[in-house]
Amino acid sequence: MTAGYNTVSLGTGRKEFNPKKPRPGIEHYIKEAGQGVLKQIGGAKNVDESVIGNFMAPRFNKQGHLDGFIPMIDKGLSMKPAVRVEGACASGGLALVTGIRHILAETSDVVLTIGFEVQNTVKAIYGADILALAGWFKKRKKGHAYFFPGQFSDRAGAYYEKYGYERTRKGMARWYANAIENARLDPTAQEYHNSNPDPYGTALKMQPNGKNFVDHLTVLDCSKVSDGASGIAICSEEGLKRIGIDKKDAVEVIGFGHAVRDITSDPTDLTELETIKFAAHQALENAGITIDQVGTVETHDCFSIAGILAVEALGLAAKGEGADYVADGKTGRNGEIPFNTTGGLIGWGHPTGGTGVHQGVTIWQQLTGNAGDAQITIDENRPYGLTINMGGDDVTVTSIVFKRG
Amino acid sequence: MTYDERLQNVSVLGSAGKMGSGILLLTAVEMADRSLLPENKGKTFVLNAIDVSDEGLAGLMNYLKVQVRKIAEKKTVWLRKMYADREDLIENFDIIDEYIFTVLNIVRPTTALEAAYKSNIVFEAVNENRALKVKLFSQIKENNPNDVWFFTNTSSVPIHLIDEEAGLDGKVIGFHFYNPPAVQRLVELIKTDNTKPEVVEFALEYAKNLKKVIVHSNDFAGFIGNGHFMRDGLHGIKEAEKLSSEKNIPLTQAIYMINKVTQDYLIRPMGIFQLMDYVGIDVMQFILNVMNPFVKNEDLHSTLLDTMMEQGVKGGQYSSGAQKDGFFKYEKGKPVAVWDIDKKEYVDIESFKNDADNMLGNIPDSAVAWKSTLRMKNKEEVFTRFFNDLKQSNTLGAEIAIRYGKRSKEIAEKLVSDNVAKNTDDVNTVMLTGFYHAYGPVNNYFD
Repeated sequence: MTAGYNTVSLGTGRKEFNPKKPRPGIEHYIKEAGQGVLKQIGGAKNVDESVIGNFMAPRFNKQGHLDGFIPMIDKGLSMKPAVRVEGACASGGLALVTGIRHILAETSDVVLTIGFEVQNTVKAIYGADILALAGWFKKRKKGHAYFFPGQFSDRAGAYYEKYGYERTRKGMARWYANAIENARLDPTAQEYHNSNPDPYGTALKMQPNGKNFVDHLTVLDCSKVSDGASGIAICSEEGLKRIGIDKKDAVEVIGFGHAVRDITSDPTDLTELETIKFAAHQALENAGITIDQVGTVETHDCFSIAGILAVEALGLAAKGEGADYVADGKTGRNGEIPFNTTGGLIGWGHPTGGTGVHQGVTIWQQLTGNAGDAQITIDENRPYGLTINMGGDDVTVTSIVFKRG
Repeated sequence: MTYDERLQNVSVLGSAGKMGSGILLLTAVEMADRSLLPENKGKTFVLNAIDVSDEGLAGLMNYLKVQVRKIAEKKTVWLRKMYADREDLIENFDIIDEYIFTVLNIVRPTTALEAAYKSNIVFEAVNENRALKVKLFSQIKENNPNDVWFFTNTSSVPIHLIDEEAGLDGKVIGFHFYNPPAVQRLVELIKTDNTKPEVVEFALEYAKNLKKVIVHSNDFAGFIGNGHFMRDGLHGIKEAEKLSSEKNIPLTQAIYMINKVTQDYLIRPMGIFQLMDYVGIDVMQFILNVMNPFVKNEDLHSTLLDTMMEQGVKGGQYSSGAQKDGFFKYEKGKPVAVWDIDKKEYVDIESFKNDADNMLGNIPDSAVAWKSTLRMKNKEEVFTRFFNDLKQSNTLGAEIAIRYGKRSKEIAEKLVSDNVAKNTDDVNTVMLTGFYHAYGPVNNYFD
């Protein structure tokens, strides 16, 4: 993969965001991300086909038939294949694995891959309805007004009860602070302008209040409502030659995992993300490596508790110890294994259908030295990057292992 | 009759007006919320929205639709519980839509006063005209077989006079909302010696459910809010007239200057002349006329206001909430010109702004904008520093501001010594919550 591009993640937090003023629509984001990639790969003529990942444009933007927007990016994409994929918040990750499969099937050498979501078209209370479609609709009636925060609030509540409230909240506050500190280093991040001198203190002080929101999470435990898109080119070796990009400026996909859990059943254990565990291990196994060879992880922290549970699912900490692992700073940018180095879903933003692609772009940036101020040092003994993209409540998961080409 | 039973049939008179529409909204929402409680399932709640204007009532329904949606969006978590047994309502969107219907379904817009003949409670928010209020109340009282209670939103007419003249037998109370009722948290509650305790009890519960801050005012014309505002406004007019004659500058420029001092130097949400426009010069005139006969050793009257009225320049607001021109002409809500009573036309502020600002002199660097003080935690410290700096700065602006601050305090203290307010804290609460001042008039900043 190469030639990654991110638009700004627009929403609360960005100085230029004003909910009362008109904003760019999906066309703008698809075009910006698509053209951002095309510019780096010698134009549309080099693209064999395209994949576009999106969750709910039909409701956020009253727009379906999204593959039809691909030729809008560039006339050169006209009369070429394009497909739209959807798997809730894992739509971006699905776009990546779909592109990878096209390459593996040798039907294409260069796949333009885009993920996007434009969510600020409705107020949060209605956005919650739309995002709830990532769950089983038959459970919606009994669910919380803010359905997904409600689901992960239940997970956080179970974790507090099992492993202790104070220590968990410390881990969650540290997760938030890491997200903010990393986002401040990436100009496209939604929390780039955040100037709070003590994000950890702020998060630790704020207590969940079920009267205003959900029982076990605060708004700082949640990812952002975002408008944004990301794009990246997935290429075979032939494809790389065609676009004239050196291998060292690309990342190689070493392995990937992709698994789906039954959406109509409840998780067996609220304090475990079993699909993430399965798919991430599948990816590592497929790549023939272990987690201690991974230098950085981009995980799906739609809620801070999901970040902590992912740490456990990856086996970095035992069950019930993920919160301490995070609280000790081990996932920070200078810690043992830096997570979400451009802010993740809480700091960079969560344009739902775009997130999976954004994760791939961040790993590409970090492994090829293109991360700007957010750049971390990659230990040569641990040269791998890993992404985990989740749809719904641990229902659809894609996980990819990368290494610099 | 319980609280809920009494609320089952209510009328609001003047419900399409600025105050009436807000009162109607809050009452409709309160009635809808009561109707959703399990113990009230199946009971009918009726709220008659009575007004003389059909056009106004149509506008009212539009206003309600928009406002109820906003209210519903803020309490969807609670609404989901209330509609838990409605299998057909699944998404927040469905729930919010249903709630809007629940509220609107309670409201009966009508131009017929007869609708109030079946009500248990009548809210009145018609013009500030004592004879009209008395006429409406006595007509309802005569024709309504229930034990009907009257809530008047008058901001100036003594309640005991309404009681006596309409023959209400103590079943009346002053329940004075501030503009706009849906936003301002203050309610002045005015009972007379004759007001029945059960009426007071209901009023307190209703205010509590509406999350209002209650300040008790004695039954004296103008009560606390207008008792302060009218005198404060007249002081502003006097200051402008004085400035104009002493410095030999046009009154238009003086009005601009006093408005600027009262906003920027006194850290108020708007200058005093803009506030008079906001309230309406006509409304102010009505209120002064009501109050003046009751005050001793004071003449609550201004010939400038008389002139403005004669020239048809009245201020107030359009039904959209936009500001009408008054002392100032407004563009996008901001004053751009001042009315010249001699030329009978507006004079652009830009034409004298520099001269006027120079005359006032520099405002100390420690000045803060009113808006920035809303969430300020160390307000007192910031104000003390700024007003101390103001006292040290030898400018015309500072001199006028300090005199204004002192006069404002004097007015507040007189309201207590005249037994209109129980204590200075109550006056401060009224100015803080009803007028959104950043500090109460009774303070030590200007001593």
